[in-house]
Amino acid sequence: MSDASLEEFRLDARAWLEENCPAEMREPVSGEEDICWGGRNVVWQSDAQKLWLERMAAKGWTVPTWPKAYGGAGLSRAEEKVVLSEMRHINARPPVTSFGIWMLGPALLKFGNEEQKLEHLPKIARGEIRWCQGYSEPNAGSDLASLATKAEDHGDHWIVNGQKVWTSYADQADWIFCLVRTDNSGSKHHGISFVLFDMETPGVEARPIKLISGKSPFCETFFEDVKVPKKNLVGEENKGWTIAKYLLTHEREGISAGYEGGRPMHEIASMSLGLDETGRLSDPMLRAKIAEAEIDEWAFNLTVARKLAEAKAGQSLGADSSMLKYYGTELNKRKFELMMDSAGHDGLEWEGERSKDGKLAKSWLRTKANSIEGGTSEVQLNIISKHILALPGA
Amino acid sequence: MALVLNDDEKMMRDMAEGFFADKAPVAALRKLRDSADATGFDRDLYAEMASMGFAGIVIPEEYDGLDMGFQAAGLLAEQMGKNLTASPFLSTAILAATILREAGSDEQKKAVLPKIASGETVIAVALDEGPKHNPAGIETTASKSGNGFVLNGSKAMVLDGHVADHMIVAARTSGEAGDPDGISFFMVDPKADGVSTERTVMVDAHNAARVEFDSVELDGDALIGELDAGATLQKVLAAGRGIVAAELLGAGQEAFRTTVEYIKERKQFGVAVGSFQALQHRSSHLYSELEIARSAVMGALTALDAGDENAGRYCSMAKSKLGDVAKLAALEGIQMHGGVGMTDEYDIGLYLKRVRVLQELLGDAAYHQNDYAKANKF
Repeated sequence: MSDASLEEFRLDARAWLEENCPAEMREPVSGEEDICWGGRNVVWQSDAQKLWLERMAAKGWTVPTWPKAYGGAGLSRAEEKVVLSEMRHINARPPVTSFGIWMLGPALLKFGNEEQKLEHLPKIARGEIRWCQGYSEPNAGSDLASLATKAEDHGDHWIVNGQKVWTSYADQADWIFCLVRTDNSGSKHHGISFVLFDMETPGVEARPIKLISGKSPFCETFFEDVKVPKKNLVGEENKGWTIAKYLLTHEREGISAGYEGGRPMHEIASMSLGLDETGRLSDPMLRAKIAEAEIDEWAFNLTVARKLAEAKAGQSLGADSSMLKYYGTELNKRKFELMMDSAGHDGLEWEGERSKDGKLAKSWLRTKANSIEGGTSEVQLNIISKHILALPGA
Repeated sequence: MALVLNDDEKMMRDMAEGFFADKAPVAALRKLRDSADATGFDRDLYAEMASMGFAGIVIPEEYDGLDMGFQAAGLLAEQMGKNLTASPFLSTAILAATILREAGSDEQKKAVLPKIASGETVIAVALDEGPKHNPAGIETTASKSGNGFVLNGSKAMVLDGHVADHMIVAARTSGEAGDPDGISFFMVDPKADGVSTERTVMVDAHNAARVEFDSVELDGDALIGELDAGATLQKVLAAGRGIVAAELLGAGQEAFRTTVEYIKERKQFGVAVGSFQALQHRSSHLYSELEIARSAVMGALTALDAGDENAGRYCSMAKSKLGDVAKLAALEGIQMHGGVGMTDEYDIGLYLKRVRVLQELLGDAAYHQNDYAKANKF
C-alpha cells in the first residue's frame, strides 16, 4: 500500500474510532475487573464494554489481519499498525483480551483445516468463546515434551485421561486447546497431538490454585474419561509438537511485549523517599539502580519495536522471541524489586484503602511467575544457545 | 523511529564491512603499535577512507560531504570498533565536523569542511581536562583581549592531538566552572606560541594527547560561531557519545563473536567447553544484552538524524548502556578464553583495552546514569 493510501486509511480509522469508541472505554484500565475476556459466561462490567466489543468485532478489528471469512478485517500489517496506533492515540482499551486471539488463532490459521477455522475463528474474533491452554503437567514443566496426558483411540474419538497444571483461567474458560499423548512408542517429541475440546464435556474439572499473590489466575485441570471427537484434532496426529512450539513462540512475543506503560520507577521513588537538598533521590544507591533500569527499559522497548519491524520487513523473528521473553521478564522482575525498595514499609501492606489492598505487593509477587511461565528464563537461554549461537550440545 | 536500516544505509554498512576487514584489520593496529608509529594511524588508510566518502559522512553536500547522517556514521564506527581501526574519524569527521557544521560561520565552513571531507586535514577537539569526563567543569579560559582572545588552561584525552593540523578548543568565556552554557569553541593552531602538546601513549594503542595553553593569543575570527555556545556543546557531545556507542557496539559484538567461536573449538574434559551450560547461559545472556544495546545505538542515532529534541538524552543513554554491555562482552571474552585470553597473541585482550578507553571517553556508564537521573529530576 502506498504511503498516500495508508494515510487516507489512517484518517478513516481515526474518524471511525472517534465515532465508535465509547468514552468509558478511553479511561485507563485500573484493575483486572476492567479487562474484558469475553466468553459464554461473560459478566459485562458496563454497557459500554459490551458495545465496544460488538462494534470492534463487527468491524473485524478485534483481529485486524485475519481474513474476513474468519471474523477479521483482512488488513495488512501496516494497516493493523495504523489501527493500533490510532487506538493508542485516544487511549482506547483493547475490546477483548483473549488467548484465542494471540495464541490459538495464529496456530489455527496456520495448521487448522477449513472446517475448524470456520467453526472457531469467528467466535474468537467476536469474543464469544473463551479459550484456555492445556500444556504444562505436574511432571512436564520446562520439559514440556515429556507430557503424559493420555488419549486412547476409540475409532471416531479419543478418551482422554490425565492432568494439566498452570492452566490459566481454566475455571472460566469455555474451550481448551490441549496437548495429549497419542503415541508412546517413539521419542518424547513424537506422539503428541494438539486437540480442542469443550470444557463442559463430562469428565473435565478445573480447580483454581491459590498463589503467593493471593490471587488464583491458574488452575489444576483434571480429565477423567473425556470424550474428544477426532475432528477436533489440529494438524496431524502425533505431530502436535510442531504446533505447540509455534504457539509458544507467539506466547513469548505476547509476554515480552506486555511490559510497557505504568508510572516511571523514579516518580514512585521520589514520592516515597523524597529528594535531598540537591534535588537527588535521598538514597543514592537506589537512584543509580533506577537510572540503570530505566535506561534498560528504554532500550528493551526499542528492541521489541526493532525486532517486530524486522519481522515485518520479511525477516523471521524465530528464536529471538526467546531473547525478548528472557530479557523482558527479567527486566520486569528487576523493576518491581526496585519499586518495592522504593515503597519501603508502605509497599508491604496487604490490606486496606491506603495500599489499594496491597496492589503493589500483589503485582510484585505476580512478576515472579514472569520468568517461569511460557518457558523459564533458563529454557530461553538454552534455546538461544542452541538456535542462535549454535553452541555444541545445547 | 526507523529501527530498520534503509537501502542506502545497508549498502554503506556492507561496503564498510568489506573495506575495514580488508584494509584495516586488527593486524594493522598491531603493526602500528609494535612499530611505535609516530603518527599512530595510517595516513594512506585515512586518505582512502576519505575517498570512500567516510570522512564527509555528516558533512553537507555543498561542502563536499555525503551528508548521510549519524545513523550511517554509526555503521562506519561499528566496523571500526569491530576491527579496532585507528583513524582520526572520531576526532575530525565527527567531533570537529559537527562543531563546524552546527556553529561555524559560512566562511569557516567553506574553509574547513571540504578539507575534512577530503581527508587532507586532521582536527583534534579539546574538551575534557581532568581524569573523568566533565564538560560542565571546563576551566580553560578564553579572555577578551583587543579584537581577539587569550587562551589559558590544559586539556587531557585530546584525540589525535599530537598530529592535528588544527585544534578546536572548548574554553570558558562566561560563568563559573559547573555552568555548561558559558563554553565557546576556538580554532587554534597547534604550532602557535604557548601551545605545548604531549602525546600520551594509551593502553589501547590509539591516539591521544595532553595539551597546555599558556597565554595563547587568538584572533577574533578564531571563535567558531557565537560566544557562549552551550547548544553547540550539547550537540557535539550527543554526536560523539552516539558514535562512540556505535564503536563500542562493534567492539563488543566482535569480542563476543570471537569468544563464541573459541568455546566451540576449545576442548577440555574431552568436549568443547561451549557445551557446558555455565558458559552457554552466560553467552546467551550476553547475546541478549548486545541485541538490546544495538537498539539503543540505533534509537539514539536515528533520533539525532531526525532532530528529535530528546536526541542528546538518548545518545547519553546509549553511551551508558554500551559502556556496560561492551565491558561485559570484553570481560566475559577474557574469562571464557581462559589462559590464552591473557596472552598478547590472542586479539581478545586488545578488545578489552579498546573497550576500556571507549567506555571512559565522553562519559562512562555511571556518569550517564547520574546525568539521566538529574535530567529526570530524581
